[in-house]
Amino acid sequence: MKFTLSWLKDHLETDASLDQITEKLTALGLEVEGIQDRSKELEPFRVAHVVSAEKHPDADKLRVLMVDTGAGTLQVVCGAPNARAGMKGVFAPEGTYVPGSDITLKKGVIRGVESNGMMCSKRELKLSDEHEGIIELPDDAPVGAGFADYAGLNDPVIDINLTPDRADCAGIRGIARDLAASGMGTLKPLTEGHLDASPVTGAFASPVGVSIDVPEACPLFVGRYIRGVKNGPSPKWLQDKLVSIGLRPISALVDITNYLTFDAARPLHVFDADTVKGNITVRMGREGETLAALNGKEYALDAAMTVVADDERAEALAGIVGGEPTGCTEQTVNVFVEAALFDPVRTAQTGRRLGIDSDARYRFERGVDPAAVFAGMERATRLILELCGGEPSELVVAGAEPNWKRSLTLRPGRVAALGGVDLPRERQERILADLGFTLEGEDAEGRLVVGVPSWRADVHGEADLVEEVLRVHGFDAIPATPLPRETVLTRPALTLKQRRVALAKRTLAARGLSEAVTWSFLSGPVAGLFGGGQPGLRLVNPISSDLDVMRPSVLPNLIQAAGRNADRGFADVRLFEVGAAFRTPAPDGQDTVAAGIRAGAAVPHHWSEKARGVDVFDAKADALAVLEAVGAPAGNLQVTTDAPGWYHPGRSGVLRLGPTVMARFGEIHPSVLDALGVKGPVVGFEVMLDAVPLPKKKGGTAKPMVQLSAFQPVERDFAFVVDRKVEADKILRAVKGADKALVKDVAVFDVYEGPGVGEGRKSVAVSVTYQPTSATLTDEAIEAVGQKIVAAVVKATGGNLRA
Amino acid sequence: MLDALKDELLSQVNAAADLSALDEVRVSALGKKGRITGFMKELGNLTPDERKERGQALNALKDEIAAAIDARKADLAAAHLKARLEAERVDVTLPVRPESEGRIHPISQTMDEMIAIFAEMGFSVAEGPDIEDDFHNFTALNFPPGHPARDMHDTFYLPDADEKKMLLRTHTSPVQVRTMLNNKPPIRIIAPGRTYRSDYDMTHTPMFHQIEGLVIDEATNMGHLKGCLVEFCRAFFDVDDLPLRFRPSFFPFTEPSAEVDIGCSRKGGELKLGNYGDWLEILGCGMVHPNVLEACGIDSTKYQGFAFGMGVERVAMLKYGIPDLRTFFEADLRWLKHYGFAALDIPNIAHGLTR
Repeated sequence: MKFTLSWLKDHLETDASLDQITEKLTALGLEVEGIQDRSKELEPFRVAHVVSAEKHPDADKLRVLMVDTGAGTLQVVCGAPNARAGMKGVFAPEGTYVPGSDITLKKGVIRGVESNGMMCSKRELKLSDEHEGIIELPDDAPVGAGFADYAGLNDPVIDINLTPDRADCAGIRGIARDLAASGMGTLKPLTEGHLDASPVTGAFASPVGVSIDVPEACPLFVGRYIRGVKNGPSPKWLQDKLVSIGLRPISALVDITNYLTFDAARPLHVFDADTVKGNITVRMGREGETLAALNGKEYALDAAMTVVADDERAEALAGIVGGEPTGCTEQTVNVFVEAALFDPVRTAQTGRRLGIDSDARYRFERGVDPAAVFAGMERATRLILELCGGEPSELVVAGAEPNWKRSLTLRPGRVAALGGVDLPRERQERILADLGFTLEGEDAEGRLVVGVPSWRADVHGEADLVEEVLRVHGFDAIPATPLPRETVLTRPALTLKQRRVALAKRTLAARGLSEAVTWSFLSGPVAGLFGGGQPGLRLVNPISSDLDVMRPSVLPNLIQAAGRNADRGFADVRLFEVGAAFRTPAPDGQDTVAAGIRAGAAVPHHWSEKARGVDVFDAKADALAVLEAVGAPAGNLQVTTDAPGWYHPGRSGVLRLGPTVMARFGEIHPSVLDALGVKGPVVGFEVMLDAVPLPKKKGGTAKPMVQLSAFQPVERDFAFVVDRKVEADKILRAVKGADKALVKDVAVFDVYEGPGVGEGRKSVAVSVTYQPTSATLTDEAIEAVGQKIVAAVVKATGGNLRA
Repeated sequence: MLDALKDELLSQVNAAADLSALDEVRVSALGKKGRITGFMKELGNLTPDERKERGQALNALKDEIAAAIDARKADLAAAHLKARLEAERVDVTLPVRPESEGRIHPISQTMDEMIAIFAEMGFSVAEGPDIEDDFHNFTALNFPPGHPARDMHDTFYLPDADEKKMLLRTHTSPVQVRTMLNNKPPIRIIAPGRTYRSDYDMTHTPMFHQIEGLVIDEATNMGHLKGCLVEFCRAFFDVDDLPLRFRPSFFPFTEPSAEVDIGCSRKGGELKLGNYGDWLEILGCGMVHPNVLEACGIDSTKYQGFAFGMGVERVAMLKYGIPDLRTFFEADLRWLKHYGFAALDIPNIAHGLTR
């Protein structure tokens, strides 16, 4: 919402400075976003008279002007098609900074002709995008005068960020009222000059009648016929006002409606009455109906849109935009003026559906003052009569002013109890009264009873009244009070489950993976590669087709990130992300997953290292490390080979606790990498953090007693030849199970296939650690356990001890 | 005669070039068939007096030669070790094996810092789903259907489910609703998490993070809200006298509502936080609207409290001087290495929050 200081002063009698006013606006909740004071920037620009204009001797499109600047006559070369002798325009001498083109003028020679300064276009002065020609000023513009002063551009423009609740401050009057309540001056009455809203006597009955078919969409419509107007450019004071806030003056009739839209938050519409067929009806649109709007576009209407129609067709979208056929032109003689109330919700919905942002919609969807419809009509009438002449009809009224009157109560102690600052009752009453609330005494319980003004539809209850009092008094006055502590020491903020997320992240970072944060959505085809893309997880209004489905897995984003990093020349990628993967749209349909990928070299390219690419065991190690860190029983997990389809079928696995999937890992399937355009191999893992069981409460923090044996452990190696399909895990389990008391550890230290072990077979060599607890192991005991181990492995695998 | 032998043997000992040569000398002198041993064997043929004299001389010779051999052995061993160590010399200027350094993303680190501070003030962490319904995201938060405030949130919608309008939460405030529906006051929670709005430009990304705070009890007022946020901002930004400005604003779910600015300076195009007279908006807050309490089953005549919400990326950018929001989500390894944090750098009030 933009306005100028002088426009504000139309409503506010004040001695306050610009700084005081802008500071107060922000303190009131009318946040000042910008203050534009153009007087400094436009200081060098002067009104000038083009004395003569000759064709440039060496250029067809250039003219050589002699320009009277008020301080002398200078020669200027100009390319504007409208440059001609006798005109008045805006001159900038050499040395001037031209804001619209971001250059500083230098004396120049253009095709051999000296040029001292420039005649300016609107764009060069940042007045508009107009650059077809130079600015033309009226003949009475005083030569040598500052252009900013002449054009009324020396008036500071204040831009406030209006919150959607403050419909009243979509008009300058509302802003002035807030400032007056906070001690910045006094609000002028609506009695004098262009503020005068007193009734105008109609000379005849309006030949155009009004009816409302849909009172819920339009409770009140006030119309007036004015005959014999003369439309033309509006006077300078009005044009200056509109230009100062960035509006384009069009004609007196249109400018008056724009003026009242900003001045009083009272949008109006003026129909060319001679183009209106019959009477005006407010009704819903009809299927197949269209409207050629004043913004030059054509809109298809339907039954959810409120329209203002004549007997033939819809002539305006209620509260949003008027129609071209009934719009006012220079030839307009008779007009029909509309001041109405339109339902905010319907206005907002229609505006949103059609994508029309108009100044009228902005105000109607916030709510226009229901008690100011007549006042708006009277002000408009007075302005039209003043600027365009004509003769007004009596008012024609359909519907009625809705009952907006309501009373609220305020416990005087509530400001202290909710707001934290104690204010005397008199102060509270003063503030409310200055804002337009009526003081209606107090009720039996000692509560203030206040009437809400018609323009404050946003005030509904006691908390709102507290806010009104507090914001006018100033939030600065609220003391900062420490939150009382419930206990001397605070309890942990995180549950164990939440802590696991942090543990997973820091574990992976410690293992050399960097944490990424990637979008929760991705493209449908990519989601499909990872088992996703169900209709319930497809965005209805995605920001792009690349981001239209909730991710079924965290991996695809990481894989694509690996590709992007590789494209930048960083092929060795280690990334992880802990975040949501989505199964269903239900609240329990998202899983917290710790996922990671490794791509490129597994060991750095270094003088001391043997090169190796990443493999499935890197991913498996990451998965196990996360599981270990978050307290999963890592030793009891089973490995199965049924990982989902985005993994390499022969180089992937699933870590399970019973039937529950704790994690998946493996090489990413080469065709998935192909589809994502990423060079492999890439290995990845997904740990389902939510699936990891929480430890059972055992009471106390003590760990079980440690058992440290006094006897030396013994290590023995065995090599078994088994069918190549036998999984190592089977051998390890058999070894462990052979003597659970004695076998403490078993490790695979060699796997061999090739000559010597036979076709289709492999040798798996394990190193087994025995840990005696009651006596040193004798040779006989060692021999005995060795035999048990061999027997167990042979039985489990059908293999044999390697000879 | 023994003197000549002695000289000969000693010269042999000293001439031995290595341990095996030395051992040959030892065997030839002191071995079973050695020369000194040979003389020893002949002692039996002598008279007792001669034997005694000759025996003593031979024993002295034997000891002397043995000592010389030991000395020579030590010398040779030392020389050998010296040669070996010389041969083992490496170029210690070679670079060490690189260790891959993982990083924690600034968003995680910032959230951990925030949690550490609010934990000190007695808050615990609450969570909710990213996919929400219209009730939790809007209606319960006092956004009437069709209200223009809903337009301020460029909402991503999903297909309706069970007659509910499904959407991606536009703020973390639905966690307030879920918390109040499931817990009785007093309540003191923060809710960090992902949020979504359909907006993508220099300063907006379709996904970002917020942290929400909620305090509900019988006595908490706006003074406490101020106190809590002043404490937080000063601790988080590590500026002891950081000024805060509370400006009236509007959010449907709070009344009164405020936006909070922190003090800064923008002199010379450089942003500096502190008491410099300029202001920078960082968060929104207010007293929980009675309609919200009632929608969540809490008696608004008895209970009251405050709520606040702030953008995690925004404060991370301010604190750590990260210039571009969009880079947070690009997973560029160079960026992560530069702006990320070490795994063991766990924020904690006792150790200090600022690195």
